[in-house]
Amino acid sequence: MTPELKGYLLVSVIKLVVVFFTLLVGVAFVTWLERRVAAWIQNRLGPNRVGPQGLLQPMADGLKNFVKEETLPAQADKTLFLLAPGLAFVPSLVLFAVIPFAAPFPLSFDFSLPLLGQFAYAGPMPMIVADVSIGLLFILAVSSLAVYGIVIAGWASGNKYSFLGGLRSCAQMISYEIALGMSIVTVLILTGSVGLTHVVAYQQQTVWFVFSLTLGFVLFAISALAENNRLPFDLPEAEAELVGGYHTEYSSMRFAMFFLAEYGALITMSALMATLFFGGWDIPFTAWDQGEPSVLKSLATLVVFVGKTFFFVFWYIWVRWTLPRFRYDQLMGLGWKIMLPVALAYIMLIATAVWAFDALGLADGALYGLALFGVNLVALFIVFRVLDSGRLIGQQYVRREGSA
Amino acid sequence: MAINVKLMKRPERDVSYLRASLKGMAITFRHLVAPKWTMQYPEQKSTDDYTISQRWRGTHRMLTDEQGRAKCVACGLCPQICPANCIKLVPGEDEEGHRYPLIYEIDEFRCVFCGYCQEVCPEEAIHVGVHYENSEYQRGRFVYDLERLCAQTHPVSTLWDPSDPRGE
Ligand code: SF4
Ligand code: SF4
Repeated sequence: MTPELKGYLLVSVIKLVVVFFTLLVGVAFVTWLERRVAAWIQNRLGPNRVGPQGLLQPMADGLKNFVKEETLPAQADKTLFLLAPGLAFVPSLVLFAVIPFAAPFPLSFDFSLPLLGQFAYAGPMPMIVADVSIGLLFILAVSSLAVYGIVIAGWASGNKYSFLGGLRSCAQMISYEIALGMSIVTVLILTGSVGLTHVVAYQQQTVWFVFSLTLGFVLFAISALAENNRLPFDLPEAEAELVGGYHTEYSSMRFAMFFLAEYGALITMSALMATLFFGGWDIPFTAWDQGEPSVLKSLATLVVFVGKTFFFVFWYIWVRWTLPRFRYDQLMGLGWKIMLPVALAYIMLIATAVWAFDALGLADGALYGLALFGVNLVALFIVFRVLDSGRLIGQQYVRREGSA
Repeated sequence: MAINVKLMKRPERDVSYLRASLKGMAITFRHLVAPKWTMQYPEQKSTDDYTISQRWRGTHRMLTDEQGRAKCVACGLCPQICPANCIKLVPGEDEEGHRYPLIYEIDEFRCVFCGYCQEVCPEEAIHVGVHYENSEYQRGRFVYDLERLCAQTHPVSTLWDPSDPRGE
């Protein structure tokens, strides 16, 4: 091995470990946050006993889950039953690997250790676990893997409620995966690259995509809720109808794995939303963060990135404790009859707009973004005008009297 | 639809999903920052809005006279009236002919806290108390003997007074 390769491996492993553990701590924090916010919204206080402000509550929960008895239903398909939580857990964390979370870190070293030999690394170090050039494709591919864990859990439990949960999640994921993918296509049209570092860089040079692709963001946010099985789309769990759905039969640490998966996916999706539409680690209104790498810049952008992610995590929780669950056919109707056509039409619109702007000779830049923002405002207005007239969701059940 | 869904007639106009959702979000956010109702129980046992009622019927208390003896004269009325049959009374008599309870035990597990014993007692000896923290490590500890009943210090219940039905 060359010193460069060894240095690269060393840096990668360190990044991997740090990000992994940070994410796990984040998951623990988010479970706490969910319970606290839920309580606040209901005028309660929530868990505030274990540690300062109840921050150690996730530890207590984890400990409890570890010492609990693990049960295996008699009808369960044993192998799959044991495999499913892992299958659900892994993709939710893997996704984070392709998300850049801060400005490059100035790091270069060249040292040698006894036995191991020389390590060399020429910085700056990109603050991303794996800067793969297929970032967005990777996200689409891996995020759809998460459904396997749930479907298999539902199937292997040998329980009709779990099975229904698995079935639902399958249908739901397939429906919303498409809208999710379609809304990302518009990002691709603008950046011309699938790497997430490029997406961030492009937004730094122009405007955040939430302005130039507002409707895309709305579509993405809604599909993301469905992708993560969060209310109002938590049909696979649906405590009220399916007694917990796919994880009904799970107990102790395997049950906790599903929760880790859910909250891991929650964080990753929030980070993804921040990256795709809110400029990633970009600090708004300044170009300071794009210059020469420095430790300070890395830290500042990291804080900004965490802040944006946190905002979306909070948004997710907030939505969960506000909106009631959709009915199954409404969910499907929304996915196939609204999200998909709108997403397709939106791609056409953006492509046309980009083509038109190019024909007009409008250069890439802030002005370009603002022009797109104008286009988006029109699109948003039309979509919500139609959606808001109360005819799209559940339209098939409105029997018209009098007219035709 | 595979299942029959009851078709509701929904208004076709004047329905705004977006506005309704945003309104809902605004409401929940208001509650998020609003003052909380939670009472921090072990530290805080009553607030301005909530205090335990004076008519609360909790675990019993036997009142004592000036010499520290139980006021009970072992008349046997309370074991008689007790619907849960949880009072155990063995009467005794001293040389001057005063009756007193040799054994007086109340099984608080079987008790239904009706308060009849307090109502029926001619000596106003046995009372149900305004008290609710009764945890024990063993079941047996819930059979309160005379000594324990006398040692209780919590306030006693005022029960229900027909002339003042609302407790004012
Ligand atoms: S409160 Fe009622 S049930 Fe309890 S000991 Fe007195 S009479 Fe019996
Ligand atoms: S009614 Fe009163 S005096 Fe009579 S046995 Fe019961 S506690 Fe004693």
